Amino acid sequence: MEYEIVIGLEVHAELSTKSKIYCSCTTEFGGEENTHCCPICTGMPGVLPVLNKKVVEYAVRAGLATNCTIADYSKQDRKNYFYPDLPKAYQISQYDFPLCKNGYIDIETDGKTKRVGITRIHIEEDAGKLMHDEWDTGTLVDYNRCGVPLIEIVGEPDLRSAEEARAYMEKLRSILQFIGVSDCKMQEGSLRADVNLSVRPVGQKELGTRTEMKNLNSFRSIVRAVEAEAQRQIREIESGGTVVQETRRWDDERGLSVSMRSKEEAHDYRYFPEPDLVPIVLDKEWVEGIRASLPELPDARKKRYVREFGLPEYDAEILTSSKVLSDFFDDAVKQSSNAKAVSNWIMGDLMRILKEKGMEVENIPFPAGYLARLVGLIEKGTISGTIAKKVFEKMFLSGKGPETIVKEEGLEVVSDEGALTAVVRKVLDNNPQSVADYRKGKEKALGFLVGQAMRETKGKADPQLINKLLKEAMDKA
Amino acid sequence: MELYELTAHELSDLLREKKVGAVEITRSLLDRIEKVDAKVGSYITVCRDRAIEKAREVEGKIYRGEANSPLAGIPMAIKDNMCTEGVLTTCASRMLSNFIPPYDSTVVKKLNAEDVILLGKTNMDEFAMGSSTENSYFKRTKNPWDLERVPGGSSGGSAAAVAACEAVFALGSDTGGSIRQPASFCGVVGLKPTYGAVSRFGLVAFASSLDQIGPLAKDVTDCALAMNAIAGYDPLDSTSADMNYPDYTRSLVNDIKGIKIGIPKEYIGEGIHGEVKKAVLEAVETLRRLGAECEEFSLPITEYAIPAYYLISSAEASSNLARYDGIKYGYRAEKFTDLLDLYKQTRSEGFGAEVKRRIMLGTYALSSGYYDAYYKKALQVRTLIKQGFDQAFSKYDLVVGPTAPTTAFKIGEKADNPLEMYLEDIYTVSVNIAGLPGLVIPCGMDGNNLPIGLQLIGKAFDESTLLRVAYTFEQNTDFHKNRPRI
Repeated sequence: MEYEIVIGLEVHAELSTKSKIYCSCTTEFGGEENTHCCPICTGMPGVLPVLNKKVVEYAVRAGLATNCTIADYSKQDRKNYFYPDLPKAYQISQYDFPLCKNGYIDIETDGKTKRVGITRIHIEEDAGKLMHDEWDTGTLVDYNRCGVPLIEIVGEPDLRSAEEARAYMEKLRSILQFIGVSDCKMQEGSLRADVNLSVRPVGQKELGTRTEMKNLNSFRSIVRAVEAEAQRQIREIESGGTVVQETRRWDDERGLSVSMRSKEEAHDYRYFPEPDLVPIVLDKEWVEGIRASLPELPDARKKRYVREFGLPEYDAEILTSSKVLSDFFDDAVKQSSNAKAVSNWIMGDLMRILKEKGMEVENIPFPAGYLARLVGLIEKGTISGTIAKKVFEKMFLSGKGPETIVKEEGLEVVSDEGALTAVVRKVLDNNPQSVADYRKGKEKALGFLVGQAMRETKGKADPQLINKLLKEAMDKA
Repeated sequence: MELYELTAHELSDLLREKKVGAVEITRSLLDRIEKVDAKVGSYITVCRDRAIEKAREVEGKIYRGEANSPLAGIPMAIKDNMCTEGVLTTCASRMLSNFIPPYDSTVVKKLNAEDVILLGKTNMDEFAMGSSTENSYFKRTKNPWDLERVPGGSSGGSAAAVAACEAVFALGSDTGGSIRQPASFCGVVGLKPTYGAVSRFGLVAFASSLDQIGPLAKDVTDCALAMNAIAGYDPLDSTSADMNYPDYTRSLVNDIKGIKIGIPKEYIGEGIHGEVKKAVLEAVETLRRLGAECEEFSLPITEYAIPAYYLISSAEASSNLARYDGIKYGYRAEKFTDLLDLYKQTRSEGFGAEVKRRIMLGTYALSSGYYDAYYKKALQVRTLIKQGFDQAFSKYDLVVGPTAPTTAFKIGEKADNPLEMYLEDIYTVSVNIAGLPGLVIPCGMDGNNLPIGLQLIGKAFDESTLLRVAYTFEQNTDFHKNRPRI
């Protein structure tokens, strides 16, 4: 039987506000354990939360950028459960009156656009981190992350494949980065997803029983988890069993999910309105002000790239999948007359080398202007395309400007006829067979000889000039 | 007269006239504590050295003319559920028996800014849950009027300390009557301010939507002085009211002509002790004689106030007290097998019976499937109670009635009957549910020579009218001059 996979993602994004959601501690990542906390975020007796207004602003930005309706009245609630990383034993979240609801984003897979619904976006606080590894006898808690603001973006079960799930995550990440509300660093846990997944025979209307996999923190693990869990559920059904509604933990190392707790064991969070905080009542004008201040979003920018620069859809999609990359491109294009060439360099050599080095686009070691100037050097004929690849490589490794590299390494195109005549002479002398072939009318032989000459000059010769000189020499004799 | 017997404003005059120093006053109070607290048991912690050191510092400031507050140099006590940096804050619980806060509550900060002298931390019902101060992990506080009786609760330590002259004034907290009922039992003045008038930051939460800090004092003037020190907007408390706060001493006017007073029939009907009723009605007569217009009226749904209160307060408490899990601070069970067992053992050993009862009640009320029938229903009752008061205050400036159905009862008398104990709060909880201010002032003695307190309930943020009526009553009666013999 053929099955359809149904996926809904709950995405948590840490907001990049300077201070935490309910106190003035820094949200900075990576401080020494328990140094970014205070009595409030560690849940000391008697402390009270005060909502950071920036958090509301950032969440509203996210809501507007994902086409949500912004609630003029919303409130915060307590979600009660015991765990050592949650010092108050309740998380302040939003239950029945979230800040944003009924939005959507468009994703692209296989050249097709699909609209994915967003049920709601609400604000909440992050928990701390347990550190199990280094201590055999006990577990330690680091409260630095406690109270870092999060938004939870609850998606509709509109996704039908691992690829769609991935595209949805990538689009969300890119939107959140474009509007500057989250750095979305998955490796630091600032963007993570819970995957709700069920399968059903193709054509069946009602949804199958779903499972939830918590806290997936890379695109790769999301894709793998979706594929593995879908297969597991299908196997379960095919072998006459039933899928059990439960929470599962994805074990990325082993490539499988294991049961955490069943529906019966599920927490009763006993949500109730947080009495220490007042309702959030938003002024319409304030919301409209935020709407007006939203920057160009990925979809708009992508359209602009296609329209203004004539880039292929696919390239425009890749370039706008990351704000950093897209800004890098925009920056380079401003300093170059050849947007297409700039895009090709990014899509080709830059992406390749980043992948090779295992680096993120955030870490491109040279400014966008260098790439623009490199393209300029090729256009002016100062260096050849082949040499340019070398210069690019050096630029990436050393961070030096392209002109400096060309100068230091003596890589300018040699277009001095006098200097090249000797090279041409040498190539002709060393390859009598090819010369003979050429004279017999084999045009291909000329290409070989040009190649030899380029090699002789380590690629620095002006290929057109070499071509001309070779032809002249052979035609003359 | 001994120094420890005087009120804050009397001591303040002596200090200003340089007839006496802050150190001398503080020593007088500390000696008094040393002499009588073994019998009364008001304090969990006495900060003797710290108090004297502070008194020296303040004395210097007073002499240099740098201390201008009328409370400068006045020794006082704080209920042990308000955080004091560096001073043990236990909530009278084994759970926090070793907890020394790294920060000051806002009220403590404000009092420090007024140069008051902190004598120590007073006993209470564990986590403020109780009406007799019998639910303390540490000790039983006795009523200074009769050492076999309870001082009321949960601020029993603060009320007893003021009544026994072990503190010039004290702070208590009131979630369902915890300032007013002990004030009534101990014959002192107690004020529960409007919800939002005094910051809760640093007050260890029992029921966040009901808790409010307020003063217990020997007279109305001291009450006003204390309010001037502690009331005000606090950006650290989101439920704190951002408004202009009056100078409460301006309400100390001996005139209530034309003030309209309503007396709820339901408060003087079934269940009230005869002597209490008599004293309250006589007080009403006094008010009438002083120019107030008094009449009885009906305050409906009073009978639902107690169940609504115990649902709301227990629900919030079940969440507020969840943080005491043995992980970060406070008590941790010595023996446990795993994380869940650590929680279970710690909370089983760390909390007393009444606290556990309320946590269970509150957890149940919030559980899925029961939320609508209990918690939500209680919130609806809350709205109706508020509306009832709104209606009353469209006609009256003030609502007056008893504080508790009885005077101080015997230790152990109600300890095994929680429901009977809960009925102690019948006239006080509605005030918390509606977020209104309530003031208790002595209005008589019963046949056992035990004090009876009159409760005045005001419009939200209208503490001024409460203080004015109470001051007038005080100026024209002598009940506040009664002191227990210890």
